[in-house]
Amino acid sequence: MRKETPLYGLLAEFDTPERLLDAARKAREAGYRRMDAYSPFQVEGLAEEVGFRWNILPWLVFIGGFAGAGLGYFMEWFGMAVSYPINVAGRPLNSWVSYIPITFELGVLGASLTAFFSMLGLCGLPKPYHPVFKAPRFDLATKDRFFLCIEADDPHFDERATWQFLSHLGALGVSEVAS
Amino acid sequence: MAVEWREQKAKGLDRPEPVLLPGQTYATIDEKITSIVIKRPLHPGWLLGAGISFALVMLLMYAVTWLLIKGIGIWGVNIPVAWGFAIANFVWWIGIGHAGTLISAILLLLNQKWRTSINRFAEAMTLFAVMCAGMFPLMHLGRPWNFYWLLPYPNTMSLWPQFRSPLVWDCFAVGTYFTVSLLFWYQGLIPDVAAVRDRARHPLKHLFFGILALGWRGSAKHWKYYESAYWLLAALATPLVVSVHSIVSTDFAVGLVPGWHSTFFPPYFVAGAIFSGFAMVLTLSIPLRKFYGLEAYVTLQHLENMGKIMLATGLVVAYSYFQETIMAWYSGDINEWHMVVDRAFGAYGFAFWTLITCNVVLPQTLWWRKARTNVAWLFILSLCVQLGMWTERVVIVVQSLHQDFMPSAWYMYFPTAWDWATLLGTIGFFTFCFFMFIRLLPMISIHEVQDLAHAREPHPESPEPSDAAQRVLSPQPQEG
Repeated sequence: MRKETPLYGLLAEFDTPERLLDAARKAREAGYRRMDAYSPFQVEGLAEEVGFRWNILPWLVFIGGFAGAGLGYFMEWFGMAVSYPINVAGRPLNSWVSYIPITFELGVLGASLTAFFSMLGLCGLPKPYHPVFKAPRFDLATKDRFFLCIEADDPHFDERATWQFLSHLGALGVSEVAS
Repeated sequence: MAVEWREQKAKGLDRPEPVLLPGQTYATIDEKITSIVIKRPLHPGWLLGAGISFALVMLLMYAVTWLLIKGIGIWGVNIPVAWGFAIANFVWWIGIGHAGTLISAILLLLNQKWRTSINRFAEAMTLFAVMCAGMFPLMHLGRPWNFYWLLPYPNTMSLWPQFRSPLVWDCFAVGTYFTVSLLFWYQGLIPDVAAVRDRARHPLKHLFFGILALGWRGSAKHWKYYESAYWLLAALATPLVVSVHSIVSTDFAVGLVPGWHSTFFPPYFVAGAIFSGFAMVLTLSIPLRKFYGLEAYVTLQHLENMGKIMLATGLVVAYSYFQETIMAWYSGDINEWHMVVDRAFGAYGFAFWTLITCNVVLPQTLWWRKARTNVAWLFILSLCVQLGMWTERVVIVVQSLHQDFMPSAWYMYFPTAWDWATLLGTIGFFTFCFFMFIRLLPMISIHEVQDLAHAREPHPESPEPSDAAQRVLSPQPQEG
């Protein structure tokens, strides 16, 4: 019966973040690579254990901030000095001191929009459906339970062996996740 | 006194309460906060409060409609006092918003754990206050439907906004501030609405929170990006909040009017903003913790800390009043000195002494811990400070303008019923938004309080899973 729906992975449930962290570390040492952990709040070091490599987000924000500030200054200079120059009491057309506030604000705006939307993009959100949502008791992943999912496309994945492996990590329970 | 204090310290009484009362587990935190949103029935008190607020929103609608029909002549503004309540209210509201960002961003960067249970509604307060603030300059335009003239957009006359003008800076500053506050607030909400989604049993509620949660599932990799973006937003919001009220203050400081034209306006305005904002956080959190039974999360420690910040920023504000007087005297400028004398003893002197009482005298009680931990006094004081800060903004705007250089141009400003209706209306709008917020969204950050509980107790003793639980939860895979 189970063979009819392909398996997404096996989901083990833990009761504390420490046990989950420990389990993730052991799974990593056992050679599993395609896995993810789920917790109600951030657990320090967990992402690295489940294969998080390099955080590109700060660099994107850096670029976004400079793009916002640069475009902001360019807009002010272009508008005041090139497109429609007006001599107001002999002030220089490129009065850069007066252009700083808007340059700063648009820099912050560019960086913040980049931070928020690249966070969503890198997480692949919005994604209303994901196989783990169908797993029994997974709704507790936002409450007080901590889950480790070893995915079926991991080269080391073997249903029985992985099941045994997860059960021996101190999990409260293991369940299948259909894809 | 000293002996008494030492005795209290020895008994461990020098700190009134921890920032999270003991006995809170991940599950109780989650249940307590989500149940306010999804389980709690409508309470008559909520209906009454929301109803009164809604009536005031209708008053605002009425006042604004009349304003659009007749123009700003319905207000008390005229030359020389061309900026009346509207601009004072703008400055006051936007200042209130600043404490929300201070709590959520600056205290996060400073690693102040006590911020976690108050940051969510402080941020909501910021958003609603900025909305109220933004209304006033728009209404004050006279022809509000042309508001987009403030923005650079392609138009047939190839005109640009004057980018050297502080009023245009304001437009960018307030717009950016609102956007960044909204992003920061919503990002913090995502894991929490996911928690509400998972608790909600009603299909419509499940759908509503499901859409808001964007499919958040608490993946460790997502948390990594989440945290990275959250801290970056905090780091960006921190200079932003300082810049916004500084730019607002340049609206005045760039003008030549005595009482406006001074270089210390930016820090003076920022300190006043944080002062009034913390007063608003106290005004909101004291009834909230009582009516929703949140004393375990918003403890006396929080109230005391906010009292301390109010005391500190209040002292900066008092110092600014002092400096303002000294600078006017030291400048030797007859108009500046006239402004100072008129401010204290002129036609608007009563307003000046009200603000001195509310902003300088009364907050000095906060030097005593007894006052900082007396909830009733803190509540009264927070209302006094808001009154004082609002009066301060009115005094800066109105009193400075009403007697400037030429005695022949001096004139009094009297607010009309429409001025008061608009002010009351925005207060109603603010409280109505807040009433809706506490019913519709988790008002305390669940995941951050859980993290706090985790940090308090890094290795909780939890029993090994029992055999029975094992059997129920993990049926062995069948051969097949």
